[in-house]
Amino acid sequence: MPDLEQAIVVPAEKQRFFTRFTAAQRYMHGVLFSSFLGLAATGLPMRFSQSFWARKFASAVGGFGAIIFFHKLCALVLTVAFLIHLKNIFTRGIVNREKGIFWGPNSMVANWKDVKDLVNHMRWFVGLGKRPTFGRYAYWEKFDYWAVFWGMLIIGFSGYAMWFAPFFARFLPGWALNAVLVVHSEEGLLAILFIFSIHFVNTHLRPDTFPMDMVIFTGVESEEEFKHKRPEEFEALAKQGNLEARLGPAPATWWINFARVIGFTAILIGLTLLVLTLSAYFS
Amino acid sequence: MKVVCSIMPKFLVFILLAVAGPGLAFAQTDCIACHGDAGMQDGAGHSVSVDAQRFHSSIHGSLECSNCHTTIKEYPHPEKVTPVACITCHADEAAGLVGSVHEDGKDHPCTSCHGDAHAIVAKSDPKSAVYPLNIPKTCGQCHGTEGMAKKHGLASVYPLYIDSIHGFALSKEGLLVAANCQTCHGSHHILRHTDPLSATYKSNIPDTCGKCHAGIATDYAEGVHGKAIAAGKKDAPVCSDCHTAHAILQPTESEFRSQSTPICGSCHKEKFSTYRDTFHSQLGSLGGYVETARCWDCHGAHEILPASDPRSPVNKANLVKTCGRCHAGANESFVQYQPHANAHNRKLNPALYYIGLFMNLLLVSVLTFFLIHTILWLIRQRLEQVKRKSTEGGNHA
Repeated sequence: MPDLEQAIVVPAEKQRFFTRFTAAQRYMHGVLFSSFLGLAATGLPMRFSQSFWARKFASAVGGFGAIIFFHKLCALVLTVAFLIHLKNIFTRGIVNREKGIFWGPNSMVANWKDVKDLVNHMRWFVGLGKRPTFGRYAYWEKFDYWAVFWGMLIIGFSGYAMWFAPFFARFLPGWALNAVLVVHSEEGLLAILFIFSIHFVNTHLRPDTFPMDMVIFTGVESEEEFKHKRPEEFEALAKQGNLEARLGPAPATWWINFARVIGFTAILIGLTLLVLTLSAYFS
Repeated sequence: MKVVCSIMPKFLVFILLAVAGPGLAFAQTDCIACHGDAGMQDGAGHSVSVDAQRFHSSIHGSLECSNCHTTIKEYPHPEKVTPVACITCHADEAAGLVGSVHEDGKDHPCTSCHGDAHAIVAKSDPKSAVYPLNIPKTCGQCHGTEGMAKKHGLASVYPLYIDSIHGFALSKEGLLVAANCQTCHGSHHILRHTDPLSATYKSNIPDTCGKCHAGIATDYAEGVHGKAIAAGKKDAPVCSDCHTAHAILQPTESEFRSQSTPICGSCHKEKFSTYRDTFHSQLGSLGGYVETARCWDCHGAHEILPASDPRSPVNKANLVKTCGRCHAGANESFVQYQPHANAHNRKLNPALYYIGLFMNLLLVSVLTFFLIHTILWLIRQRLEQVKRKSTEGGNHA
């Protein structure tokens, strides 16, 4: 805890904060993780319907009818969020011709530097080199993004194919209806295991950010954090003289506390689901 | 007397006794003079009192006491009196008891079911212990107790029965036609279910249930299970294997729908295992949602036919209709869906096998890589942090 207290919670008078995420992006993350938790909590009992907790949970919330209703509801919310995101990308990249969306240091698209970063990062893990410096989005953050992106297409498509099976059967062969369940449940399981173990640890629980990276809730991070985590982006901004433009307000204490409650709840639910998943998977 | 009884209709016996009675025995009034006293006891302390009024209105009310208590002819009574033998008149019923499960009962074989010997009424009388609506309670005196169940290695069946669809029809609706114990087990000549002559012997069960459920018995006889039983194949299920013997539920109830698939699965193991991998099962296992397809929703329940039979609902020609019962808009392509697909069988389901394999490899490789990546990262970062702490006396992320 002392790490975080010093890093974020007690802002020194002179400490500067820089914006990393816009309000819309933070809301998007909120919608994303709440609907994902909902989908995971209702999807897992279906995937492991033979486990004792699945049946207990199902009967506690009103049986399968309630579970599938909530699963579909969360799916619709997530679909809308995904479509809004696509529309934003389209508007920024195609309509407004904003630079750096599809390529460059600020883009989500992977490039050669990410490969080098990955290799060098792993060399640093085992003491074979220096820690690489990262830009706006590190390779593992890009992986997170694309894993979700691909996951949404795959899980979303297979989910809707099951939801509206007779409609999809008009243009899909019969065996595809069998396949969509396998794809949906395996990809869903991968997403759940990945988010609740890898993403949680990489982004929130590792020593540098422990116990939670608040930037996704506050939108800003301290200068010190910025320099340490993303020196390349910081230097580029400083060189261009754009640092001032990125200055943001210091986060309010009440908001940090509120976000922490929300964030910890999400992490707690996630870890619980992870334990249940692993227990069902290996039993 | 026994000979007379067995060959003559009972009313003749009554006439005979009424005419011959006074000369042969005490008049009722003589006995009642003493035995009408409610507190009267014999030397051993057993009550020997008789409620005169109840006895008069009982089915035996017109008989003289000594017609049954044959060894008591005078007063003072003899030292030893033999127990009343109902067999004297009720020879058919007594003959039925021979060889039955109740033959060696220690209690009086008749009164333990028919109740107080001096208050027995016709079985059509609602007060009778063997009136259809009272039978389960009467049998339950013994077959509803844990002690009895333990002693004879039987299930305590009364609680199961009384909460069953038959039990509800009887206790809640008061239906005389509702199956009670006797309907299936008989009354006097009750045989163990292991006895080939028993109404509850496995291969006799379809006929026993068919006494009431005639239509379903016909359907069953047409289906694969009925034919197998008729051919002497004892492994095939009869009514009670799926519906249970006593705790029979309304088949549309969610509880029955939930418990029934494992019953089919206890024989059809492979089909059950592949069914469990499908959405139908995953949904259905969670309860509260009874609409998902169970075995008999597709295969039929009683007249189960092989898929090759054109009458079978799972025959190719009927699939659109069968699936369409739940899936509105099901077409020829939709019914290509395999409700028993086996993703582990490369030969039968190659597409599914390779898709499953790909998904599993993806899952395992992504997770393995990132697990190693994350663990190494954690260790490294912690080491750095500790190092920084010791050199700077503090740390910042």
